[in-house]
Amino acid sequence: MAHLENLVLCRESQVSTLQSLFGERHHFSFPSIFIYGHTASGKTYVTQTLLKTLELPHVFVNCVECFTLRLLLEQILNKLNHLSSSEDACPTHITCETFNDFVRLFKQVTKAESLKDQTVYIVLDKAEYLRDMEANLLPGFLRLQELTDRNVTVILLSEIVWEKFRPNTGCFEPFVLYFPDYSIGNLQKILSHDHPPEYSADFYAAYINILLGVFYTVCRDLKELRHLAVLNFPKYCEPVVKGEASERDTRKLWRNVEPHLKKAMQTVYLREISSSQWEKIQKDDTDPGQLKGLSAYTHVELPYYSKFILIAAYLASYNPARTDKRFFLKHHGKIKKTNFLKKHEKTSNHLLGPKPFPLDRLLAILYSIVDSRVAATANIFSQCLRCWVSDLQRPHGAPCSAECFLSCRRTFLPTAFLELPLITSLVTLQLLTLVGHDDQLDGPKYKCTVSLDFIRAIASFQSFQDTILLALWLWQRWQ
Amino acid sequence: MATSSVSKGCFVFKPNFKKRKISVPIEDYFNKGKDESEDSKLRFETYHLIWQQMKCETQRLQEELNKNLFDSLIEFLQKSHSGFQKNSKDWGSQIKLREIPTAALVLGVNVTDHDLTFRSLTEALQSHVTPYVVSLQSKDCPDLKHFLQKLVSQLMDCCVDVESKEEESAQKKTHCSMDSLSSWYTNVTQTDPKMPRKKRTSSQWQSPPVVLILKDMESFTTKVLQDFIIISSQHLHEFPLILIFGIATSPIIIHRLLPHAVSSLLCIELFQSLSCKEHLTTVLDKLLLTTQFPFKLSEKVLQILTNIFLYHDFSIQNFIKGLQLSLLEHFYSQPLSVLCCSLPEAKRRIHSLSDNQCENIRRLPSFRRYVEKQASEKQVALLTDERFLKEEAQSLLENLYVYHTNYFLVLRCLHQFTSSLPKYPLGRQIRELYCTCLEKNIWDSEEYASALQLLRMLAKDELMTILEKCFKVFKSSSEKQLGSTAKKIEELLAQFQSLDAEAKEEEDTSGSHSKGLQKTDLYHLQKSLLEMKELRRTSKKQTKFEVLREKVVNFIDSLVREYLLPPDTQPLHEAVYFSAAHTLREHLNAAPRVALHTALNNPYYYLKNEALKSEEGCIPNVAPDICIAYKLHLECSRLINLVDWSEAFATVVTAAEKMDANSITSEERNEIIHLQCSVY
Repeated sequence: MAHLENLVLCRESQVSTLQSLFGERHHFSFPSIFIYGHTASGKTYVTQTLLKTLELPHVFVNCVECFTLRLLLEQILNKLNHLSSSEDACPTHITCETFNDFVRLFKQVTKAESLKDQTVYIVLDKAEYLRDMEANLLPGFLRLQELTDRNVTVILLSEIVWEKFRPNTGCFEPFVLYFPDYSIGNLQKILSHDHPPEYSADFYAAYINILLGVFYTVCRDLKELRHLAVLNFPKYCEPVVKGEASERDTRKLWRNVEPHLKKAMQTVYLREISSSQWEKIQKDDTDPGQLKGLSAYTHVELPYYSKFILIAAYLASYNPARTDKRFFLKHHGKIKKTNFLKKHEKTSNHLLGPKPFPLDRLLAILYSIVDSRVAATANIFSQCLRCWVSDLQRPHGAPCSAECFLSCRRTFLPTAFLELPLITSLVTLQLLTLVGHDDQLDGPKYKCTVSLDFIRAIASFQSFQDTILLALWLWQRWQ
Repeated sequence: MATSSVSKGCFVFKPNFKKRKISVPIEDYFNKGKDESEDSKLRFETYHLIWQQMKCETQRLQEELNKNLFDSLIEFLQKSHSGFQKNSKDWGSQIKLREIPTAALVLGVNVTDHDLTFRSLTEALQSHVTPYVVSLQSKDCPDLKHFLQKLVSQLMDCCVDVESKEEESAQKKTHCSMDSLSSWYTNVTQTDPKMPRKKRTSSQWQSPPVVLILKDMESFTTKVLQDFIIISSQHLHEFPLILIFGIATSPIIIHRLLPHAVSSLLCIELFQSLSCKEHLTTVLDKLLLTTQFPFKLSEKVLQILTNIFLYHDFSIQNFIKGLQLSLLEHFYSQPLSVLCCSLPEAKRRIHSLSDNQCENIRRLPSFRRYVEKQASEKQVALLTDERFLKEEAQSLLENLYVYHTNYFLVLRCLHQFTSSLPKYPLGRQIRELYCTCLEKNIWDSEEYASALQLLRMLAKDELMTILEKCFKVFKSSSEKQLGSTAKKIEELLAQFQSLDAEAKEEEDTSGSHSKGLQKTDLYHLQKSLLEMKELRRTSKKQTKFEVLREKVVNFIDSLVREYLLPPDTQPLHEAVYFSAAHTLREHLNAAPRVALHTALNNPYYYLKNEALKSEEGCIPNVAPDICIAYKLHLECSRLINLVDWSEAFATVVTAAEKMDANSITSEERNEIIHLQCSVY
């Protein structure tokens, strides 16, 4: 038992609960146990070490890997088969398609001599994935003991509370066990537990103290903290290795490492730069400011027309359709200022997120933005079929105006024909998304998924004419 | 097809394979189009040769441009993998999170080019890093099951022998979990040394990594990616995976797709490919701005190609396709394109030209202009004597060749001067400059004048660096005609350098010259100050540097005026310049609306049936029904009454019935019409 205490820190009460639940080897245990707690609260680790050190027969399955029912069931059965059969004999592969088969096969497998008269444990890690599988699976596992009439206990591990699991039809209630988050003291204890062999435990504990001081406010994930601890430890040791400070000289060491850790919080922790790059920086002692993170590369180079389409899409997505006439028509007449915006429209459009817009609205805005300056070379517009009817009075190739688009919304040809290649390419790049294109009568609808900053970068690059700047300016006034 | 069956039903007809397999040799297509076709076979061969050369050149360029990127990528893979192998006993790496090495490859928005890049990347990786390279596309992986299935099948195809393939393929379908994959991997790597394929890499590593390329990161669903990364990070110890994300937009997409819990399992490093605009510049530089290939594009064609590139897709592949199309079209439509080959070969070909071809030469507008300038006896000789014409044509071709060599040298030189000017009056890229030069006499343009004006204001060190670059440009060519220019530039440079020395001396003398201002009253002081100012202004105009700068600018100006004549001033330029811009536009920038309109409005255009030929405004009743309906609809497109429309349609169609007695009875016809109308 003392051995177990050394392995599992700060989880004494949970361990003793579990142990008392398990009871003696041949005792029937609770049919199902549900363990939940936040990420890195030791659920998997505690269960695994407990079962291993007590040498109980158990099967450990991670549900993420088993994306079909069949994989899950077969994995459990085959692992059990391995357990029951003696080591040299190679057990045959069991195939199992349904839960019904599983129960039958399970009975067969557990008949073996080595599994008799003791509780078999099935641990399902990341049990939340079970919810997405067949409906009978979760209730089935919960009362597996009853169904198979064998001494078996199913342990479910999850990050989600039990209430979110409970199926509508009701089920057997498992024993629910909560693993609370580690406190800062616990973290300190656990982290200092794995100190490097060449340094003393106290020295490492002091380092962990500093580390937690910096990172505890943003991150309580034990795994992540441990990773960061290992990553930054060489920097902490640096003065000691160089002989500039002794191991006791905590203050000096702290001054050395603290700014470094703060930088790490902004870069490595967010995965802006990779940990191997971080290690390299440490080694070369260069300034991490020089290395740009992933978010620094925001600029996307786009072809000329794609830029315009994207801007038009943005305007269409965040602008109420009513205001189009005012913004984009040359002779829109006078609009009364007082009632220009309805009350609900006065809330910032950016808070509401992008709204879907039909294709012809996008094209209408596009026309009014590009105006006449590209008309001569723009063959792109001749591919637009929507304005077929009204456009035929004009010579081919000349783009129709925004007025024409707004006034004429007749559907004349099948809409699938209208997919402009440029728009499709923007959709594949995920800059626009297509919303609900099942309806054959309506044209396709799109949403613009890029941010204002992105659009601003493009628009400023384009040295834009007044309309867009005005439109952009008007939104900001609403905010 | 007919059956002997009495009843109605569906019958299967097997296609007659013999009939289909008649294929025309490609050369013959060149024959068909033109009636006066000449040397079509020779033309086709020349086309083929030039295209092959161009293709090789582009491939070489591609490899060269990718080399840097691939090298760094391979280095990253090797380093991260060897790190995985080496320090597994180290204290740190035991505790640290095991991260999956990931390369984020930002390739730009030209998605059509990516395939080629990935293909060569796969080859490079397979020869340098590992035999196990798998690439997946988002459309193949709607969920994790398909994802793993694809991964497994591709992996096993990577290295499985033919015999064991069948046995494995049975397994493939049933087992596509990560477990089976990692057990397969350990199997393969342990037994592998027997296999000859693996030997070259086995010397490097005992267990080569598995590289997985996700071609279009943006389109993958979040869940699939997340789950896969979580699973494979758990198996990383027995299954050394390396990911490569192909990103078209920006690396932020990684953060958008993956939550922190998942992205913390990755060790991401960023790699950026060359921007496609730079790529275009190099392609243009190596394919068009050179005398290596005789084929040239006219201004309009070049403009169309670059516009499609810059405005629509940024795709180098499409650009090269467009270039190929114009090459093909040139050799197809221009009979004199036989002369579009290397100079000695062209001279040889002129000798064997037929009478018809000679006539073609005489008909060339550029040649006519040339003839008109000659003395009258020579004119007669050129128009009547074949042999004289051929000799003349030879010398003209030679002139054309020399013109081109000089042209590109001077163009590059001018580009050196103008590319550093503020606001770039003549364009930042050499292609813009080239377009203007092709179009007209560049020295007539306002931009050129303003550029010269700006040049006259350059500082000395700038001017000297530009001159040095120009000197290098001229030095690199071995042409004799412009050898003197190089010498002249060298002289100018030397003069600039001597200026330095002189300036120092001058400073010394002027230092002694200036007397301190003597104590005077205000009026005198003002006066003397004014005098000094005047003196400075006049003397400024006469500094040696300014004289020299003026000289340089004039020198460049004279070069431009002498050598940068637009190509249509050159006789016989039609043989090498492709100028049919509208054909190219029709092919590359398809306009479905216009095509549909033409088809409906004027069915003769596509159907080529004489009966359909009609005058404007008249609706032939023999036209396809939909054309008639469409034309009627055009007559009143604003508002149309369905009854009127059908009525008018019936009138038009039945109008023929009265004249044509032996066709089906009008009643039957009406029925058909009603049926069709109800369909519309």
